[in-house]
Amino acid sequence: MPETPMTLASVAPAIPEIYLTIMICVVLMVDVFAGQKRRGLSATFTLFTLALGAALTGMYAHVSERTTLFDGLYVADELAWVLKLAGFLLVAFSLLYSRTYLDRHGLLKGEYYVLALTALLGVFVLASANNLLTVYIGVELLALSVYAMVAFDRESGIAAESAMKYFVLGAIASGTLLYGMSMIYGMTGTLSLDELSTRLQGSTDLGVILGLVFLVAAVAFKLGAVPFHMWLPDVYHGAPTSVTLFIGTAPKLAYFALAFRLLGHGMQGVQADWSQMFGALAVLTLIVGNLVALAQTNLKRLLAYSTIANVGFIVLGFVTGTASGYSAALYYTLVYALTALGSFGVILLASRKGFEADELEHYKGLYKRDPLLAFIMMMLMFSTAGVPPFVGFWAKLRIIQELWATGHTWLVIVAAAVSVVGAFYYLRIVKLMYFDAPAADVPGTERQTGVRLALGLNAAAVLLLGVLPSPLLDLCARLIR
Amino acid sequence: MQGLGLLSALIWLPIAAGIVVLLMGDRRIGAVRWVALAASIATFLLALPLLLHFDNSTAAFQFVEKLPWIPSFQSYYHLGLDGIALPLVLLTAFITIPVIIAAWTVIEQRPAQYFAAFLIMEGLMIGVFSALDALLFYFFWEAMLIPMFLIIGIWGGPRRVYATIKFFLYTFLGSVFMLVALIYMYVKAGDYAISAFQDLPLSLVEQRWIFIAFLLAFAVKVPMWPVHTWLPDAHVEAPTGGSVILAAIMLKMGGYGFLRFSLPIAPDASRDLDMLMIALSLIAVVYIGFVALVQTDMKKLIAYSSIAHMGFVTLGAFIMYDIVGNTGQLKGAGMGLDGAMVQMVSHGLVSGALFLCVGVMYDRLHSREISSYGGVINTMPKFAAFMVLFALANTGLPGTSGFVGEFLVIIASFKASFWYALLAGTTLVLGAAYTLWLVKRVIFGPVANAGVASLKDLNGREFVILAVLAVAVLALGIWPAPLLEMMQASVQHLVSQALGSKLPPL
Repeated sequence: MPETPMTLASVAPAIPEIYLTIMICVVLMVDVFAGQKRRGLSATFTLFTLALGAALTGMYAHVSERTTLFDGLYVADELAWVLKLAGFLLVAFSLLYSRTYLDRHGLLKGEYYVLALTALLGVFVLASANNLLTVYIGVELLALSVYAMVAFDRESGIAAESAMKYFVLGAIASGTLLYGMSMIYGMTGTLSLDELSTRLQGSTDLGVILGLVFLVAAVAFKLGAVPFHMWLPDVYHGAPTSVTLFIGTAPKLAYFALAFRLLGHGMQGVQADWSQMFGALAVLTLIVGNLVALAQTNLKRLLAYSTIANVGFIVLGFVTGTASGYSAALYYTLVYALTALGSFGVILLASRKGFEADELEHYKGLYKRDPLLAFIMMMLMFSTAGVPPFVGFWAKLRIIQELWATGHTWLVIVAAAVSVVGAFYYLRIVKLMYFDAPAADVPGTERQTGVRLALGLNAAAVLLLGVLPSPLLDLCARLIR
Repeated sequence: MQGLGLLSALIWLPIAAGIVVLLMGDRRIGAVRWVALAASIATFLLALPLLLHFDNSTAAFQFVEKLPWIPSFQSYYHLGLDGIALPLVLLTAFITIPVIIAAWTVIEQRPAQYFAAFLIMEGLMIGVFSALDALLFYFFWEAMLIPMFLIIGIWGGPRRVYATIKFFLYTFLGSVFMLVALIYMYVKAGDYAISAFQDLPLSLVEQRWIFIAFLLAFAVKVPMWPVHTWLPDAHVEAPTGGSVILAAIMLKMGGYGFLRFSLPIAPDASRDLDMLMIALSLIAVVYIGFVALVQTDMKKLIAYSSIAHMGFVTLGAFIMYDIVGNTGQLKGAGMGLDGAMVQMVSHGLVSGALFLCVGVMYDRLHSREISSYGGVINTMPKFAAFMVLFALANTGLPGTSGFVGEFLVIIASFKASFWYALLAGTTLVLGAAYTLWLVKRVIFGPVANAGVASLKDLNGREFVILAVLAVAVLALGIWPAPLLEMMQASVQHLVSQALGSKLPPL
């Protein structure tokens, strides 16, 4: 690796990380000096930070060619750029949606925002990781911030319990990841993903395969693929809804990047091996996720299993092992994050002080109480079910296309069959909202015009990208070639 | 590339009007009704130039619009009509008007959304019939489920939730496998144009699987025995307008799918599996005819009658292989298809009208049970006249539209086999039996109870819609030639496609 002098221009692609690191410190300071009276200040300030970050990233951090920085530890390409932009936006929207919720639940504290930003930094590091060490740093930065966020509501027993579960299981997964990495390093003598991608070409070394198994297990844990999914429903259910919203959006991009950088790029030499493992994971994930979701009575838990089911589709994109398969998975991930953002946003708006609208029962007759919210939720549910004209349809279509193109007939059939099963529980939510009489003792929904507007935009994007899917499809195809 | 034109207007005008109506909301319901009516009439008027400018002499697609939609998939916003799609588009544009008028003051709960759902659905249905790109077709085909799901679920009867979820899941299940087949062909052809699929060489094994995937989608929609069970539930629970659209248009999409996809894309599989199709069709005609006899609910009876009548459509579509095998002549092969097409249009009008008639009675007495009625003619003479006319059309009385389609299909099956014709012919007896018995019990006889005694005859609004439908039914029955001529060239083209082979010569 030739030594290149570090200049301001040469680190330009890392603007998002540098900016975010500085701003994390600034937000911390702002929070210290704002005091208890002006608690809302850090919230507003964070939103501005994110908006400015998106603008700076959009203007200055764009790279059209793949370049590596910091001695090859860090890669800058258009994919990373888009993931970071999307990360800024997703976090900004999710913090916007959660502000009132946090206030009502006594969670509106500066630390929450700082943790959200450090988690985002973890997302960025993963998006640009080009070395096993960078990968590990990204994973830990993101995971540790999120553990703390899950435990943020210290009054809540269930939140503490799920944070504990998440932490213990997450630690095991990190250990697995590290163990796998050490084996790969031991066999090849390099940590660089670029190096690995060439050195492992066609490797049949048992040690490499063993290491690979550990890596795959760790990635599957992070994604929430069956049988490494156990943490996901408990965490989604137990965490404060604003945190569930957070976990359901930006980190998904990071874990896509993890799978893509680590396996799709670094381990491409042994792609046939991990593809097989992913194939088995995908089938289990699709079946378990969809079937267990049928039996849920809690909306957050239901959406957790729905997440698992959707992860199954993302994993299917990786099974193909082709660039266009990965781009289908990327498209699915972006679409899923957009839809999940809206769905959890609806839950936040439907909750009031001292009342968490997370049981399915609470959504009975939502249509009568709040037509707009019900309408938005309906669009999001149909989208997740994969019904046109919403964007979720194209996501599923892309995956099935790639599976056919690579001749995975059985996976196509499983994917098609489980999407029908999946349609049932999404329909059930629509049924509760539209066809059932409202339950008597459910308090009204939040009337925040600004948040409603944002949520409306969110839903409009789901419709618009469904009617005119071409721009996002082309973008994803361009990012991974 | 041709730009936007008439067909786009037909699709997007009702959808735009639907969104406007949705935004206007229930508070301005007076204006909402008129906007909805104006939009549906405007759509119908816009459809008339199609009729005037349609060139009967060619099977080529006309009024073509082609714009890039998803260039990376070679998928286009590609619309066009041939002689098979045009009658169905006209039917759709026509039927929506009575549906809107029929709901005028009847729907009390959230009326604006009711009108909006029907307008949006009209646009989507026209999209289904005019799409020439498989992806665009599927897009409209599935999108249409959402408004129908809501219509049955919100405005339906007591078991509406069960019925609507069953409806959605059945259709979704079938459609998903059609999508899988479409994507398979896309991967092979590199293009989503339906014409590319029709030209794509496929082995017999591939064709069989594709045929079965299509069969799942279209058989559910038609519906064919044994996947018909969602229909009686959906019909019974749906509000009047929902039943009308379901019977008049949605079932036709299944028939249309067989003609547009199954026959031309998988001709060898169609030949191979035609016995299956004929058997299922005849079971629908005979067995479902008997089932219809024992119904006590008027809507259910008409629903079963619809299944039996749609059996004629699928029979007509797949009888040609036996005709050619039997007579060795190509001449008679198109007759079954002609019959299937006429039957679709006719059934659209007749079953729609019958559901409207049931709706008229239901609005007054809030019962669909046959036993709640009796002697309606005494209090509603005008209504009784219409009801009897439509019932006779349903039995296939010469002079009504019902006769033409059934007659053509029976003649065609005679050419194929005496036994087919005999079984198909039982519908003349069974259809007459269940329909006329219904009429006897509901319309004729002495006034059965106080409810019937208090019935008021048709108001102006109801009279107009039933009269318009009656005129259409009679016109098509007395003078079907224009319809037959309209589709002549396209049917011939379809016959040549369906009788051709995609397999390499032995």
